[in-house]
Amino acid sequence: MTNQTNDSLIAIKGLRKAFGKQKVLDGINLQVAKGETVAVLGRSGGGKSVLLKLLIRLQTPDSGSIRIAGEEITRLEEKQLNDVRKKIGFLFQQAALYDSLTVEENVAFPLRRHTNQSAAEQKDRVHELLADVEMDQDLEKLPSQISGGMQKRVGLARALALDPEILLFDEPTAGLDPITATEIGNLILELKKKRHLSAIVVTHDVQGAKAYSDRMVLLHNGAIQAEGSLAELQRSEDGFVAQFVGYGSK
Amino acid sequence: MIYPAIFVLAAAISGSLAASRARMRLNFPKNLFTLVFEWFGELGFFCARLFRAALVPPYEFGELLRQCDEIGSKSLPLVALAGAATGVVLSLQTRDSLIRFGAKSFLPSVIVFSIIKESGPIITGLIVSGRVGAGIGAQLGSMRVTEQIDAMEASAVDPYKFLVATRVLACILMLPLLTLASDFCGIFMGWIANMLAEPISLRLFLESGFKNALFSDFIPPTLKTMVFGFIIGLVSCFQGMRTLRGTEGVGRSATSSVVLSSLFVVVADVLLVRLILTIWG
Repeated sequence: MTNQTNDSLIAIKGLRKAFGKQKVLDGINLQVAKGETVAVLGRSGGGKSVLLKLLIRLQTPDSGSIRIAGEEITRLEEKQLNDVRKKIGFLFQQAALYDSLTVEENVAFPLRRHTNQSAAEQKDRVHELLADVEMDQDLEKLPSQISGGMQKRVGLARALALDPEILLFDEPTAGLDPITATEIGNLILELKKKRHLSAIVVTHDVQGAKAYSDRMVLLHNGAIQAEGSLAELQRSEDGFVAQFVGYGSK
Repeated sequence: MIYPAIFVLAAAISGSLAASRARMRLNFPKNLFTLVFEWFGELGFFCARLFRAALVPPYEFGELLRQCDEIGSKSLPLVALAGAATGVVLSLQTRDSLIRFGAKSFLPSVIVFSIIKESGPIITGLIVSGRVGAGIGAQLGSMRVTEQIDAMEASAVDPYKFLVATRVLACILMLPLLTLASDFCGIFMGWIANMLAEPISLRLFLESGFKNALFSDFIPPTLKTMVFGFIIGLVSCFQGMRTLRGTEGVGRSATSSVVLSSLFVVVADVLLVRLILTIWG
């Protein structure tokens, strides 16, 4: 079932992670090709967010290999790891905007740290990024002054600031109303077409994932239970897969 | 001196026990002894990471300046007020005692020596550990539980360099300056309080106050507050960065930052005073 390709931008092999006695990920193998969007589905607490955090080494795996653009990140030193991290944009579940900075400053933060752009160039770039997510009207507002959906848009703009090759989305539509969730889904689809990025989207939203993903992966009991298109998952004879996709598609 | 120390110790023990109880509820039961060793072990690793972040370039000068403003200038009014109050109280209390022993002429010296050698540094240390310690603990704790620190790391920015090293360094740099302000306000208000009882010119007050004072009476006690600053910054950042479990955890981090940094400031003061007396006599 695993989509093995030689040009995989992300290649995960035998990934294991446990917290105490609880095995969260138990031998995950997954490849994501350049320009491919993979949706990772699964029950709450099933290790989906942990998988994303391992990909950017916010947590360290117990064993296994993670190669990002050819670099084995599990063994990298801090400096080299940060070079890899610059190639990855991460949209957190609650957006994780810096609450003491304005919308504009949040998006400018990675630019200030990692580019030699002048203040004017940074400003232009921030406006361009915020315009892409339709948030260029609220530059001076603090994160607490905008809605959850708006925060996710700003988080997305910040994730895109360094022109990453890979985007990781942690529940991008969780907690949003259906209209805003659809808008975020459309943004992901738009980004995919416009920037040809590779992306992993952790989500519960099966219908949304169908719209923007090339492939779906269903995590269960720390392992990949099923992989393929929504139609393929729906045809699965596995009881859990059928139940999950069946509920999610309603 | 003894009363604040007892108060801080009692608060520290109750705070530590509260934190321990919470941990014991969450994890498997461990005894307090193990928890204390675990805490110091983690603090050691934290320290090592902090030193590496602080010493290896690039340096975060902009953020350091911002933190100096946050920790230094914004603490100034409170520290000045506390210093001034100490000066007034010292003047009122010692005046009465010195009159009884017929040593009233020593009043300016008593005020100046008390303030520059002990009251100014320790009051500044405790006030800053209250104001800044709570602020750092709560701020970093809140950033931890809302994944802002993870977001920073994901953006390839080292939070130890950007958040921790800058705050610790700002505390180290600002404490001696705040102590100077506290000393100044204490001595000045000591003179005012003295003058209300018995008119004396500022010049005469200062001349008799500083007549027998040496640089070794002034420099070591002022510079020892750099150690206080290190303790306050380190402990508060450590408590903030290891925050767990939502807003309750943030509250716990803020409280424990104040309690533990105050406790360690008092303990360090005892050791440093002994050290200063040994070296400078």
